[in-house]
Amino acid sequence: MAAVQVSEAEKVYVMHGVRDDLRLDGRGCEDYRHMEIETDVVSNTDGSAKISLGHTDVLVGVKAEIGKPKAMVPDEGYLEFFVDCSANATPEFEGRGGEELGVELSNTLCKVFNNRHSMDLRSLCICPGENCWVLYVDVLLLQCDGNLFDAISIAIKAALFNTRIPKVHISEDEEGVKEIELSDDPYDCMRLNVKNVPCIVTLCKIGHRHVVDATLQEKACSVASLLISVTHRGTVTCVRKMGGGSLDPESIFEMTEAGKRVGKALHVPLMELLQKEESLGKKRQKVGFLG
Amino acid sequence: MIQNCLKQRFEHTSQLLRFCHFQLGFKSFSFSVLPMTVCPQLLQTDTIEKPAVCVIYPYCSRSKSLHDRAVINCQYSMATFSTAERKRRPHGDRKSSEMSLHLKQTFEAAVLTELYPRSQIDIYVKILQADGGNYSACVNAATLALVDAGIPMRDYVCACTAGFVEDTPLADLCHAEESGGGTSLALALLPRSGNIALLQMDARLHQDHLDALIEAAMTACKGLSKVLDGVVRQHLEEVSVLTRD
Repeated sequence: MAAVQVSEAEKVYVMHGVRDDLRLDGRGCEDYRHMEIETDVVSNTDGSAKISLGHTDVLVGVKAEIGKPKAMVPDEGYLEFFVDCSANATPEFEGRGGEELGVELSNTLCKVFNNRHSMDLRSLCICPGENCWVLYVDVLLLQCDGNLFDAISIAIKAALFNTRIPKVHISEDEEGVKEIELSDDPYDCMRLNVKNVPCIVTLCKIGHRHVVDATLQEKACSVASLLISVTHRGTVTCVRKMGGGSLDPESIFEMTEAGKRVGKALHVPLMELLQKEESLGKKRQKVGFLG
Repeated sequence: MIQNCLKQRFEHTSQLLRFCHFQLGFKSFSFSVLPMTVCPQLLQTDTIEKPAVCVIYPYCSRSKSLHDRAVINCQYSMATFSTAERKRRPHGDRKSSEMSLHLKQTFEAAVLTELYPRSQIDIYVKILQADGGNYSACVNAATLALVDAGIPMRDYVCACTAGFVEDTPLADLCHAEESGGGTSLALALLPRSGNIALLQMDARLHQDHLDALIEAAMTACKGLSKVLDGVVRQHLEEVSVLTRD
């Protein structure tokens, strides 16, 4: 990830602040930065969302295509993730520089989102064993200022909420050959149930305490971080430890509890905002990328 | 058949550009490692949106640096969801490399590279949504990014596409018109001197029509340069008001 170099004095300053529950920008240890979410920003996609969390900007586009279901689960569709770290975020990502980070992010997202507990994959099935909807979720990093996983997960949830999959009619002719017809009406579409989609909360250990939503500077002062994906009920679906340092079991337990608390509190305002945005319908003023 | 539809629709609007909206410096950056100028830039023209970022480094790799001028390095990439058909690779394929080369050629003509020997100027353009005229939108966005970065240039570089459908020259083609099989010409112009930085045309065209087509593109570019100039001046006014207090 784009790394910032911090001096020893700065590290000590940050650690002392965190110890007293006061971070560099005045937040508490479990506060998120100012977040702005907007859906339906790219019209070429079936669903899209843009989120800016402080200085981190992420754009997610979802495209639905018809494909063959996986052999192990013939009556389910699936999601494919691709994270593109664009050179706009930091020049280190030019050419193939961002590939490593992109692959790491896509693999983690796949584990978190592409399972039947997070999403009802059965609803993506068209013809068991033959056709299903494949949702290609493409994440684009426009600006990197720490806490990528959280921003990406919230944007994915918003984009999936915004996704409109056209309804299909299956017709069979005399020889038994099945034909799939997409409905022509752009408003005749299927929506996804995103109630169980989790949100990822990353907690970084700085000194003896942990912080939520760390900026690049705070990340440089931390030894290790814990990634927890939490659903709206407070259920933990995935836990991952990242970073080079080691964590003792008590810290992990504390961080998991804090992560559950913070994650659960994220879902309600997010769904309210998405539903409010949706209810505005055509009257909504699209800000897009300006402002 | 598509030619007829296009002709009927665009008889009156053949010289109009699609609605354009520009904004300078829309993101803020903080870098603590390298002393460099970074200026993100956003360009939104109707349905094409592309953020362009321009970065200038005081030094660059030994193998690439030139002793008397700066090296301009461009990367063009498209988001995978930008086109109607999902694109598998954002960059690295032939079309993206070709576009990057064209952008580099265009800006080497405009930027005063002699003022920055042994340095590198990076221009990264990412297309968020494509609806025809990709190259022109990239050039316009990158021009504004360079202006925002404070890199001296000879002139604004404005680009526009033009096409010929049923004896009518059209300016600023959209995706349906470009892929409809007619001619399409991309032109990058330095408006004050009228010098052409890049001219590219695919498909066949009778040589009598070539002049009309270039004329249409140049008029569109000159109009565009006035818009760009207006935006830059407006941004400058806003910034100077903010910094004065």
